[in-house]
Amino acid sequence: MKSIPEMSGPYVRKEKSVTRTMTLVMLALVPATSYGLYLYGWPAIILFTIAIASALLFEILSLLIAKKPVVRFVSDGSAMLTAWLLAISLPPWAPWWVAVLGSAVAIVIGKHVFGGLGQNVFNPAMVGRVVLLLSFPLEMTAFVNPLPLFSADAPNFLQGVQIVFGGMSIDAYTGATVLDSVKVAVGHGGVVQDGIAGQYDLGLWLAGNNAGSMAEGADILLLIGGILLIFTRVIRWFIPVSTLLSLALIATVFNLIDPATYPDATIHLFTGSAVLGAFFIATDPVTSPTSPKGQLFFGASLGALIYLIRTWAQYPEGMSFAILLMNAVTPLINRYMRPRIFGRTNKGDPLGLSRR
Amino acid sequence: MNVFGIRGGAKVTGRKELTAETPVEKLPMPRLLHVPLQQHVGSPAVPIVSVGCRVKKGQLIAESKGAVSAPVHAPTSGFVTRIGNYLAPHPSGLPVLTLSLEPDGRDEWCKLPQPLELETASPKEIAERVSEAGVVGMGGAAFPSAVKLSMGEKYALDSLILNGAECEPYLTCDDRLMRERANETIIGTQYMMKALGVSKAYIAIEDNKPASFKSMQVAAGQDSRIEVVYVPARYPMGSSAHLVQAITGRETPASGRTADLGVIVNNVATAFAVYEACKLGRPLISRIVTLSGEAVKRPANYEALVGTPVAELMKQSGGLIEEPKQLLMGGPMMGQPLPNLEVPIVKGTSGILALRGTEIPEQNIMPCIGCGSCVAVCPAGLLPMEMMNRIDHEDVDGADEIGLRDCISCGSCNYVCPSHIPLVQFFNYGKGRLKEQDADKRRHDKIKVLTEAREKRLAKEGL
Repeated sequence: MKSIPEMSGPYVRKEKSVTRTMTLVMLALVPATSYGLYLYGWPAIILFTIAIASALLFEILSLLIAKKPVVRFVSDGSAMLTAWLLAISLPPWAPWWVAVLGSAVAIVIGKHVFGGLGQNVFNPAMVGRVVLLLSFPLEMTAFVNPLPLFSADAPNFLQGVQIVFGGMSIDAYTGATVLDSVKVAVGHGGVVQDGIAGQYDLGLWLAGNNAGSMAEGADILLLIGGILLIFTRVIRWFIPVSTLLSLALIATVFNLIDPATYPDATIHLFTGSAVLGAFFIATDPVTSPTSPKGQLFFGASLGALIYLIRTWAQYPEGMSFAILLMNAVTPLINRYMRPRIFGRTNKGDPLGLSRR
Repeated sequence: MNVFGIRGGAKVTGRKELTAETPVEKLPMPRLLHVPLQQHVGSPAVPIVSVGCRVKKGQLIAESKGAVSAPVHAPTSGFVTRIGNYLAPHPSGLPVLTLSLEPDGRDEWCKLPQPLELETASPKEIAERVSEAGVVGMGGAAFPSAVKLSMGEKYALDSLILNGAECEPYLTCDDRLMRERANETIIGTQYMMKALGVSKAYIAIEDNKPASFKSMQVAAGQDSRIEVVYVPARYPMGSSAHLVQAITGRETPASGRTADLGVIVNNVATAFAVYEACKLGRPLISRIVTLSGEAVKRPANYEALVGTPVAELMKQSGGLIEEPKQLLMGGPMMGQPLPNLEVPIVKGTSGILALRGTEIPEQNIMPCIGCGSCVAVCPAGLLPMEMMNRIDHEDVDGADEIGLRDCISCGSCNYVCPSHIPLVQFFNYGKGRLKEQDADKRRHDKIKVLTEAREKRLAKEGL
């Protein structure tokens, strides 16, 4: 950025900073994350730590190569948040190298290749996740059923280390996500109800007690965090509300047409990563539109894409694919969906005059 | 009365507590006054006295020149010691023609014109009196008030809004005025209404000034045409177009004025000056100035003669606690740096601020993260970060396309930016470039016309 010598006002500032923004997002993620770590125990805790540590390392290396002030940029919290989002969307017992590779792709390719903070077109965490998923579909879909810390069968610390570093098979623990089982069931000529195997349990899903990524499950806690972000004005309501509303609306329409083939809105909203994505990932300021109009359009399209991909595409990746696709059109949305200028019509002409 | 919402706007930390409860104090007579001959928008006034002349308080010392201008009067009785360039209260520090006056200590009034009676005076007489008294907009813009008061001739006006919003942090001069001189301000309002030919006046006060609201309401008591209205304390509520929107619900057209909606906006302090001009025959020679900021030992409100060096106010307040990080004239949002303490108070000076480092924390500039805070607060409905980006890439025309000219320089975007990007600085730079381009274009057009005319003439002459 160019520096222009002469100073101009305002001389007072709001006590806000990039660090504060990133920190608040992470704080809002704490309840859902801690619950996720509790549900999936030691392997998840170890994996989460590895993801964050390696992301910070790659961030420092990238900053050194780019000759940017390391301390100022590492302390902005953006790399940690990226790794955090990536980690909690990984299968909770994934091997260590998945986390390291994901962090590397997210930070180096997803962010610094584009020019670092604020310059990236795509959400770095989602870039990391999608590259992992396309490259290692097996590891990236090995979901396990929740096995809370300190419960009878839960792995202890040493077993956790073994699971993460490849010394122990997790086959005995794996389970499928609800959306996946539904898709498989319908794909094999069955109906939605075969997929959920009679386990329709909204309370359970809201609490996150279903197989899935590390911390995408506890929708109640994610909602609390998301609402906190809206109240602290870190995010605005436009994207989360329009995303979830559009997804719910489309799901309801299809479900009404054919309930045997199309699961209802609650399954779409609360058994996958919809809430996590809508509040925490789609709202990434860098990769989402800036105007209210643009944000509403972004969210509504995102919801539709999620449904489209979940229902008819090959990969079980509604959220991350949809977000990346919408990221790609964000510059266009910003260009064409600008707020109306004060004193002008939507087209930009001055409002009518009534001079005598 | 219910008011309408305005778009955007920022909640700013007011810091008004520093001076809100300090009544207006008189200053001792300064040793020397420096009265600039251009304190207003428009052409400078032309001096009509010479060095060595003895002048009386209120005597005309420089005449207005041209349609948009304002005369200047002697703030006290004394001798003209110098007429020449002197530091102007302007960040460039460039000198302007200034008349220096050595007070004789007698503070003796000249013969003042007869008071105008509200009942009998014609609108034209009132506007003329206001013009002769050198009254200018006292909210900071310093536009000659008489020009505004004559707008009834060109526009179908229906109401007057008095701006008592005082949305800039730190400033309390209007607040004190409304508390201490409410009756006079209301009388001034009545003169203005008569001059404009309107039957309705609103006095708009931000809802963080209940004492002012009450005192103005009491003062307006008998006159049912005047309504005192609370507007939300949200910066930049004092912007005239936004004030009009809050009160009438109507938006001023981009290329127009509030007068296009039938509304004229004036500052409350201007109404007080109109009162003095019409009711007492006194020209505008002094004003209330807020001296504030944590670097000032005793922040206060002063009634200061025009031409009083800022240093005199500082002295009266016990000086500075420490070297201020920033000296400002006006509020901290739109005010301008003060070159030094020798510059004089002028008609448009609402405040002098000496801010400490704790009030302006060091903040690292980070890259834009596209959070959209600036878009949310922009009262003009612009995309500040996008304009900044384009200006940063020397694409001033691109910034123009998305509304650079509609930016009101309020600084709200700059205030909330979490990356601490100096947005206003970019916009000022961009606007400067646009101005140059416009001037270039006008020159080229003129040259083209002249060249074509010459060619035609040569062809005609068969050369």
